Amino acid sequence: MLNPELKLNSGLFSEKAEIKSMRDGFGEGLVLAGELNHQVVALCADVTESLRMNLFRDRFPERFFELGVAEQNMIGVASGLAATGKIPVVGSYAVFSPGRNWEQIRTTICYNQQKVILVGSHGGLNVGPDGGSHQALEDLALTRVLPQLAVISPCDYWEARKALLEALTYPTSVYLRLARATGPVITSPETPFQIGKAQVFWLPEEPFSGITVVATGFLVFEALKAAQELAQEKINIAVINNSTIKPLDQTLILAWAQKSKLILTLEEHQKFGGMGSTVSEFLSATYPVPMHFLGVADTFGESGEAQELIKKYGLSKDSLKEVIKTLLIEKL
Amino acid sequence: MKQKRNKQAERIASLEELSLKIRQEIIQMLLEAKSGHCAGPLGAVEQYVALYFGGILKYDAKNPDWPERDRVVVSNGHYAPLLYAILAEAGYFPRDELKNLRKLGSPLQGHPYRLGLKGVETSSGPVGEGLSQAVGMALGLKLDKIKSQVYCLMGDGEQDCGSTWEAAMLAAKYQLDNLTVLIDRNNIQIDGFTEKVLPLEPLKEKYEAFGWKVLEVDGHNLEEIISALLKAKSLFAKPVAIICHTIPGKGIDFMEWEYQWHGKVPNSREAEEALRQLRSLKGKIQSELD
Repeated sequence: MLNPELKLNSGLFSEKAEIKSMRDGFGEGLVLAGELNHQVVALCADVTESLRMNLFRDRFPERFFELGVAEQNMIGVASGLAATGKIPVVGSYAVFSPGRNWEQIRTTICYNQQKVILVGSHGGLNVGPDGGSHQALEDLALTRVLPQLAVISPCDYWEARKALLEALTYPTSVYLRLARATGPVITSPETPFQIGKAQVFWLPEEPFSGITVVATGFLVFEALKAAQELAQEKINIAVINNSTIKPLDQTLILAWAQKSKLILTLEEHQKFGGMGSTVSEFLSATYPVPMHFLGVADTFGESGEAQELIKKYGLSKDSLKEVIKTLLIEKL
Repeated sequence: MKQKRNKQAERIASLEELSLKIRQEIIQMLLEAKSGHCAGPLGAVEQYVALYFGGILKYDAKNPDWPERDRVVVSNGHYAPLLYAILAEAGYFPRDELKNLRKLGSPLQGHPYRLGLKGVETSSGPVGEGLSQAVGMALGLKLDKIKSQVYCLMGDGEQDCGSTWEAAMLAAKYQLDNLTVLIDRNNIQIDGFTEKVLPLEPLKEKYEAFGWKVLEVDGHNLEEIISALLKAKSLFAKPVAIICHTIPGKGIDFMEWEYQWHGKVPNSREAEEALRQLRSLKGKIQSELD
């Protein structure tokens, strides 16, 4: 069942569930950040409305900088602004930032220890019709290898908003990954959020010794939906929302590894180097447990509707249910 | 017959002497470190001396984080030995530290590292990123209404980088008249002469076309550099680039114009010869003073 302590959206599975976008959560959070802290400045590279940064631009025009299609420069400029005491929030599509400007992020932000909040929208297949060129499936891998950078992949509107606000006071720079597509609102304003903390969104019936799904981002909903439908078939799983990929919530992951037969990770990212790899690197060294990885298998995306793509690439709730049933029969 | 000396000439002569001293320190540091870059730092000495000791830069070595200070962004981090010699001379740290360049545990990293050393505004090394950071600082200072100048020291090789021109466009867009760039136009980069590797000319016209005011100086003429820096500070509504024409490896005959000296250091015999040449130059400057 949905974890009652977390005050999640109880109408989540209803046909009338509220649908909102992470980008709106971020954009509205950014205005709030600007109100709370006068040092917050925002930079964007010609995708301002798409990232909802127009809300901040219109509210604080003097603190908004339009950089043009120049993502490498944008990072250096943000570093320079940080050097004068500003808290820059830098937005673009993830294929361009951190895709195109990775070395600038490494040198001028991370190595230089200038605190900047990097926002990469259009992470994952949910980008849809724009196709493979615009679907970032590598950004988590690119960012999580950088020291002095936390990596967050929120699951919905509220988490995106809270993650941005938390990032303002977080001690290092932060990369925030956003989806393009809208999705059901999973959490609520009351759901606690802290960078570095994973949460069990779906609690299995106790006693439990089954499969724990660790999901991140846009696919957390698919995992919850699968859990709900499997429960009706008396298949008992746990679902963890692992929105902070780095630093990993080792305590919670370890605790659930210890009570699970298998950990299954689910992400809209290359299987190589993403969230699943992070979990696996940690568990293989501390508490080896069978694992299964659902993600994109060393290939690029393509055009199609978000839901069509998620289905085709085996990341939908139906694929997940099928995989879980197979694993239960064949491996456990 | 003794030349009539005015105060200005005396000042310039003392800065010339200081330049020689800095060059000797660069050679000694590189000999000790056994790796690093030679030609560029030797050629750019006058730009740094003019900036730090020619009455241009607003700084306080005792209070390095002073918010009203001018900012210096060294975009070409391989000029580290030159920057370090200058910072030691300016009093940011004891000169004795210079012998630890590139050694384990030393704050004098192979390329400047901001967190290790006061006076270093930004960690650099990969070229083509300094101008962006300088633009960011200039924007931040303007937002805070702090009337400090940002100086970005660049090489000519990094004019190859696309991000340099992205930053140049943005500086013009925001009319950053609190930004001055010094380009060390020594015509060499790792693979050879700049015009063979990737032609940059007409460099002046390029910056002008990008909306900048451009000044050109003899990069070994301290008087010219200082007056260009003063002029740059007084101009409004445009960022200023000062193209400093220099000789790579300046002051040491077997290094001058030899691009092979971009990224190598002298052995002890070569260093001895280099120092001998620099010392005899010093004799020449002193005799001119008499």
